[in-house]
Amino acid sequence: METTTEPLTSTQASKRHYDAIIVGGGHNGLVCAAYLAKAGKDVLVLERRHVLGGAAVSEELYPGFTYSVCSYVVSLFRPHIIRDLDLAKHGLDLIPLEASFLPLHEGEGLCRWSDPHLTRREVERFSKKDAETLPEFSMAMSKLARTAKQVIDNPAPDPTSLDPRELIKLLRLGKDMQELDPDLQYLNHKLMTMSAVDFLDLWFENETLKSPMSVSGIIGTFLGIRSPGSAYVLLHHYMGEIDGAFRSWGFSRGGTGQVSLSCARAAKSFGAEIVTQSPVAKIEVQNGRAKGVVLANGDELTAKVVISGCDPRLTFMGLVGEEHLDGEFVKQITRYKFRGSSGKVNLALDSLPDFACRPGAGPHLRGDIAIAPSFEYLERAYDEAKYGDFSSRPYLNVVIPSLVDPTVAPPGKHVVSCFVQYAPYAIKEGPEHWPQRREAFGDAVVDTLAEYCPGLHDKILHRQVLSPWDLEQEFGLTEGNIFHGELSLEQLLFLRPVAGWSRYKTPVKNLWMCASGTHPGGGIMGAPGELAAKSLLSTREL
Amino acid sequence: MPIPTPFHERTAPLCTSLRWKEWAGYYAVCSFDTSHEREYYALRHAAGLIDVSPLFKYEVTGPDAGAFLAHVTVKDVRKLAVGQSTYLCWCDDRGFVVDDGTVTRFEGDVYRLTAAEPSWAWLLRYARGFDVEIEDSSGRIGALSLQGPFARRVLADCCDADLAQMKFFCGQRADLGGTSVWVSRTGYTGDLGYEVWAAADQALPVWDALIDAGRPHGLEPAALDAMDITRVEAGFIMNGVDYFSAHHCMIDAQKSTPYELGLGWTVQLERDPFVGQAALQAEKRRGPSRKLAGLVVDWDEYEAMFNEHDLPPDVCSHAWRDGVPVYAKGGRQIGKATSGAWSPLLKQNLALADLEAEFAAVGTKVDFEVTVEYERRRVTATVSRKPFYDPERKRS
Repeated sequence: METTTEPLTSTQASKRHYDAIIVGGGHNGLVCAAYLAKAGKDVLVLERRHVLGGAAVSEELYPGFTYSVCSYVVSLFRPHIIRDLDLAKHGLDLIPLEASFLPLHEGEGLCRWSDPHLTRREVERFSKKDAETLPEFSMAMSKLARTAKQVIDNPAPDPTSLDPRELIKLLRLGKDMQELDPDLQYLNHKLMTMSAVDFLDLWFENETLKSPMSVSGIIGTFLGIRSPGSAYVLLHHYMGEIDGAFRSWGFSRGGTGQVSLSCARAAKSFGAEIVTQSPVAKIEVQNGRAKGVVLANGDELTAKVVISGCDPRLTFMGLVGEEHLDGEFVKQITRYKFRGSSGKVNLALDSLPDFACRPGAGPHLRGDIAIAPSFEYLERAYDEAKYGDFSSRPYLNVVIPSLVDPTVAPPGKHVVSCFVQYAPYAIKEGPEHWPQRREAFGDAVVDTLAEYCPGLHDKILHRQVLSPWDLEQEFGLTEGNIFHGELSLEQLLFLRPVAGWSRYKTPVKNLWMCASGTHPGGGIMGAPGELAAKSLLSTREL
Repeated sequence: MPIPTPFHERTAPLCTSLRWKEWAGYYAVCSFDTSHEREYYALRHAAGLIDVSPLFKYEVTGPDAGAFLAHVTVKDVRKLAVGQSTYLCWCDDRGFVVDDGTVTRFEGDVYRLTAAEPSWAWLLRYARGFDVEIEDSSGRIGALSLQGPFARRVLADCCDADLAQMKFFCGQRADLGGTSVWVSRTGYTGDLGYEVWAAADQALPVWDALIDAGRPHGLEPAALDAMDITRVEAGFIMNGVDYFSAHHCMIDAQKSTPYELGLGWTVQLERDPFVGQAALQAEKRRGPSRKLAGLVVDWDEYEAMFNEHDLPPDVCSHAWRDGVPVYAKGGRQIGKATSGAWSPLLKQNLALADLEAEFAAVGTKVDFEVTVEYERRRVTATVSRKPFYDPERKRS
């Protein structure tokens, strides 16, 4: 990692005018800043909080323990961004997860490994047929993921345009699809339309295998595993790329905040200026044109373009203001679905959690751990959420990054990150009542995990509970949606965030978007930031 | 038939992969698990413990010990302070490298030389006239390499050595879990690290103490496959892979001088006569005709070749050591890459290559042969500075 004596950030902008001002120092904003600065533009990033990263942030909230406060694993971060911005040199360091573990009350649970034979023998204990079908499934999904990669690495094509360039893009996509086996083309259509459970039923018979696979289709959306449209997210698990190979997930050394900090260091190395503790009160718009920003302290800064790293609702309804927008656009933005459905519990533990079904500190703990024992369990969890409550026994996705990255906890101690679904933003008391429900929610999560890890309660040194309300208040994620809006099909591609405005441009001239609310969406991917910067650089606005 | 090292009793049950190879006549673990990945990440992010006992070790003692080692190697080791180690090579009379290793000065007249190959007879050949004793201690000393950013913390929890004061390439005698050991701040991974040397019959308690102290810091037993990637990242050459001992070469073209291997910095030319001195003086004057270079293979071109076949780019997860031809850009062959690895840490495809000197300057573009779907192709590689990976903590 490069060490610079100069601090990465300041708390005061050094000038009054810039080429581009980026609102929000999340990872996409920082990627965008880095690309623009690399192109020689004079860029300022304004972050509201005292730390950079937005939802990809590491914080030491208890002495010696570093939490990946919100997002906790990295998969889809674009490898070419790592190369373009020299992020490895700037401290980006991803460590692959070794396994996916499903603890159960009976037996040893089920662990899927990167070693295919080990996985086959594990699955055989539940279904020999499924064990041998799994590699076939993985191969089919990998082939589809290859096609999807083209989609996420390029701006969304516009199907309404007759511009030859757009038609070529559409054709190219169609051609990629056409080159797949007909079987795979049909499979792709099914994947796009079916529920996760129905899709998995096409392949597998055993629920113990299917159950933890099905949940990837619901993460961050307010859907159940049997809701149509939940299948396609299964693809995400085969789209991750680490070291060229298509494979799954990795920890970021030092927490996910290091991803953001590496982007920030890259941006800084290209000359971008990054300012923290500088909330933007509004984006200044005159005659339908963005002129700059007004900070909460009243300071006014101007720029040729303003780029919002915030989600679409916050950007337009919060920072721009309805009065500057068309009624139809406002309607679309207000209808854009957020519906945060998940929360996060971070634990500092005195010692490693011990799973009753597979005791000890084995490699099964060095990946992700799913509390998703059955379809019924997951459906009941969803039922409670549908009627305005958090799940009393939620789906958990648990990781223990301190096992592979000793920088995040003192020797022998551990941090445990629990992604929790469902935790609906709109609880029946009203979202503003989340602070009163927060600890009960945290208790439900810890109690759930403790059913599999006896003695867990006694090991807890510190606990951080984040409800969707907290995600909104603290991180600016509208309704607590971790993806800046649901990743449901009707909000993807040329429809993200709203039809006609999927190319990072907005109806307000000189105002651009660069974050997860734009194509290709959420997750620590960097793609929206990169594609926004490249789109902007291809215009004459800068 | 290889024999077990002093740590075999501990490493064998851990080696669930049954992946072993022969190293200098010993059984050495390739990777404990079917994949070396965990070990690699432990070496780079926490700490790894590697059994390096198969290294050959020679105790050189007596009033002329220093003078003798200065005579047979390229360095005047008499300048070493007590406790200090140094890396060097030694050559034949014609200045071709025989082997490389380290020399440690334990006391005034007590030194140890480590080597990759059996060297006792060769040393003895030059001992005439020196008041010196040379003992082959290879079998009676076990050695462990503790490497990684957390190595110091692991050692501090089980060893009374004054680690805060121990500088790079220095060492001292210390107590480690009740056993007397020599600890040196040396290694083959290019990171912060130590090597622990103990009597073979005391090896197991040393292993146990290090493992017990290390677990809370994320220490993992590590082995050769993982170390091989780290040594490529560190730009370290290996005898028998990146060059061949002059003793084993049929023809001169297979031999190397220190200057060709990038080991010129170890050669102290202007001093009392030493083996190979005249030839090395001439070589230095002339300048080497070949040079060992670090290469970084262009990723975009590499990926594009796979894309032509509609395949995702494939990187081998292991370090490789089967030679690959290297060409001038669009031209004739100018050398060979002798080993390389994809670096998960640097996200770069690295190689060490033996090139004609005029192509070895940093920044030079060359063509590197890759095979994609059984087709031999060429992809651009750039001569880059070594070490590829060089964290500050290695020395600090």
